[in-house]
Amino acid sequence: MNVITIEINGQQVQANKGEFILEAARRAGINIPTLCHMENFTPTGACRMCVVEIDGIRNLVPSCAYPVADGMKIQTHSPRVVRARKTIVELLLASHPDDCLYCVRSGSCQLQELAEDLGVRQRRYTGAKNNYQPDHSSPAIVRDPSKCILCGKCVRVCEEVQGVGAIDFINRGAAARVATAFDEGLNISSCVFCGQCVKVCPTGALRETSHLKRITDALQNPDKFVVVQHAPSVSITLGEELGIKAGTDVCGKMHAALRRLGFKRVFDTSFTADLTIMEEGTELINRVKNGGPLPLLSSCSPGWVKFVEEFYPEFIPNVSSCKSPQQMMGAVIKSFFAEKQQIDPSKIFSVSIMPCTAKKFEADRPEMKHDTTLPDIDAVLTTRELARLLKLYGIDLEKMPNEEADSPFGQRSTAGKLFGATGGVAEAAIRSVYYLMTGEELGIKELDALRGMDPIKEAHLQIGDLNVGVAVVSGLSNARILLDQIKAGRKDIHFIEVMTCPGGCINGGGQPIGTDIQGVTKRMQTLYKIDRTEELRVSHKNEEVQRLYKEYLGEPNSHKAHELLHTHYVKRKVTI
Amino acid sequence: MVEQSTIEQNFDLTEILGRYKGASRDALIPLLQDVQDLIGYLPKSAVTQVANFLNLPTSKVYGVATFYNQFRFDPVGKFHIQICRGTACHVKGSARVLEALQRELNIKPGQTTRDGVFSLEVVSCIGACGLAPAVCISGKVHARVNPDEIKSLLKQYKEQKSAEVTV
Ligand code: SF4
Ligand code: SF4
Ligand code: SF4
Ligand code: FES
Repeated sequence: MNVITIEINGQQVQANKGEFILEAARRAGINIPTLCHMENFTPTGACRMCVVEIDGIRNLVPSCAYPVADGMKIQTHSPRVVRARKTIVELLLASHPDDCLYCVRSGSCQLQELAEDLGVRQRRYTGAKNNYQPDHSSPAIVRDPSKCILCGKCVRVCEEVQGVGAIDFINRGAAARVATAFDEGLNISSCVFCGQCVKVCPTGALRETSHLKRITDALQNPDKFVVVQHAPSVSITLGEELGIKAGTDVCGKMHAALRRLGFKRVFDTSFTADLTIMEEGTELINRVKNGGPLPLLSSCSPGWVKFVEEFYPEFIPNVSSCKSPQQMMGAVIKSFFAEKQQIDPSKIFSVSIMPCTAKKFEADRPEMKHDTTLPDIDAVLTTRELARLLKLYGIDLEKMPNEEADSPFGQRSTAGKLFGATGGVAEAAIRSVYYLMTGEELGIKELDALRGMDPIKEAHLQIGDLNVGVAVVSGLSNARILLDQIKAGRKDIHFIEVMTCPGGCINGGGQPIGTDIQGVTKRMQTLYKIDRTEELRVSHKNEEVQRLYKEYLGEPNSHKAHELLHTHYVKRKVTI
Repeated sequence: MVEQSTIEQNFDLTEILGRYKGASRDALIPLLQDVQDLIGYLPKSAVTQVANFLNLPTSKVYGVATFYNQFRFDPVGKFHIQICRGTACHVKGSARVLEALQRELNIKPGQTTRDGVFSLEVVSCIGACGLAPAVCISGKVHARVNPDEIKSLLKQYKEQKSAEVTV
């Protein structure tokens, strides 16, 4: 018998042997507040916010780390428990800067919420306020240790999920805080700017580097032709940030909203996802024909690219030379589009809306320039920032009409849209590589083996006389597992798609905060539904992509395509 | 003024690391101690080497090292000041002496002044309880130190230092 009975607040509750009190309580509809608890991680018991009272045990125990036992009698909200929680919050606030009015997390901050829920209305403790310098050194993430409550979640995500370990606790006692190695700027650390730490941080101690001002300035500048592109996953998640039901695709409304913000053209990054498939698919075929280097590693996820540059430089030749869809779009906007419209590229201000913090870093890379001087992308907004922008301009997304994206980069296949979730790049690539190699359509196979939230997925597929092996990974610690297998001599895999964030861009570091696995799965289902219900499902049939080749690029991997759409990477020296 | 090199030398840890071959992360503290015994402090390049050797992120190794008072990250100064924070010295007001030292030198325990002349370390007991509060500067014990005298005491050493340089 694995089911036991415990008593919570006088009510009989069924619990599974071995699980923690917190889990049983939540299932029974009792919310115990937590600060350091993380789903599917071993508990650390660091914050003690989740304490409960157990009959026969003198001290309060942390429910996130205390296993249930048959007949256990638990009080989760007794006066003593509530007082203890309140004291914890009051002590945290004693050293916390009183910045709520100016804080990016006001309204989504768990510390603020707890203070409110527990009725903290007085300053019972006063102490010296934390006074650390915020770290603005990186192009993507701002760290403000003064607002840190030392829950340790960022440290754990960075090490256990991303396998990076850029940050850890330093010092002890009152001087303890989270920092990089040698307490240096994040820009020279091994941080890959994935933003997963931002997503788990309960407070405003971590945030994205804001590009809002760049954009509001550009929108007001009559000399600038301001255009925007949006990544495949953004239309799926933006709604959540604005209180619309999770998993709702707001693509059409978002187009209208972006136009009302003043963007002169609204392009769809899924278009350049299709373009990426043409380039990367061709690259894969050439590598197979010319003997490697294989496996080809995808290059659309900038955190992953930096990860390879730092931790696995021996695999740099395997990384696809294709720029990411964001950067391809940036490149064709300031070349093809500018020429067609007869606009001086230096007058174009090119914005992208991304699910990702690392995209800010990518846009900033010296490799990503038009004519070696002008950045291909001028500003990157996360999904969260776009929501802020819409609020700033008083635009009610729900009331917007449905509109289309603009030509010549507005059409997309559902394959391009699938880039938003883990496995999507691989699925799109297979559909087109099959066609490019055999001249025949694969027929629309939904590659179930490559779908879903599993961290590592693999499929083998016969194309002509080649048995093609494809692997899909998300979460960089999982990428380590696969790369180590390849290093050890594994040969059956030809293509590996890596997305930095667990689940892919739908769970990117720039997405709405406070989503759980179920929420991410909903987003994924929405993408699959789009793929199921629309007509154009393969990248190579995207007519606007074909037109771009015909009128401008020639053919995939042509000289012109290389000049605009490809780049290469080198080993990066940082403290790892 | 003594120029402290900002470019770090790459310290050779081959011999020490050789002794720890196959060691797990449990060996971290003793390994760091050995490195500090060899070099006198933990330079960045050594911390990184230890981290890579044990297959740990450097941030973790740095984090652990900063947790313990025994590790320092700057070379000791020309004059190394050890202030006793044992019970006897504490009773006799060593906290105020430490404060005065930090104020005068503008460094915290574990650090070295920019000119490389003084470094400061807090030690638990130097066995000079009869002389409390005691401060030991490069091996010489100063007894019953009064916080108000710190300024002139440091000045003496500083002059000694410049005298040496001019000879
Ligand atoms: S982190 Fe939370 S509590 Fe602190 S200032 Fe920001 S909103 Fe307020
Ligand atoms: S952004 Fe990613 S890599 Fe950088 S510290 Fe946060 S979790 Fe680690
Ligand atoms: S930065 Fe945020 S996530 Fe990291 S320890 Fe501090 S409060 Fe927790
Ligand atoms: S949530 Fe249980 S100790 Fe932090």
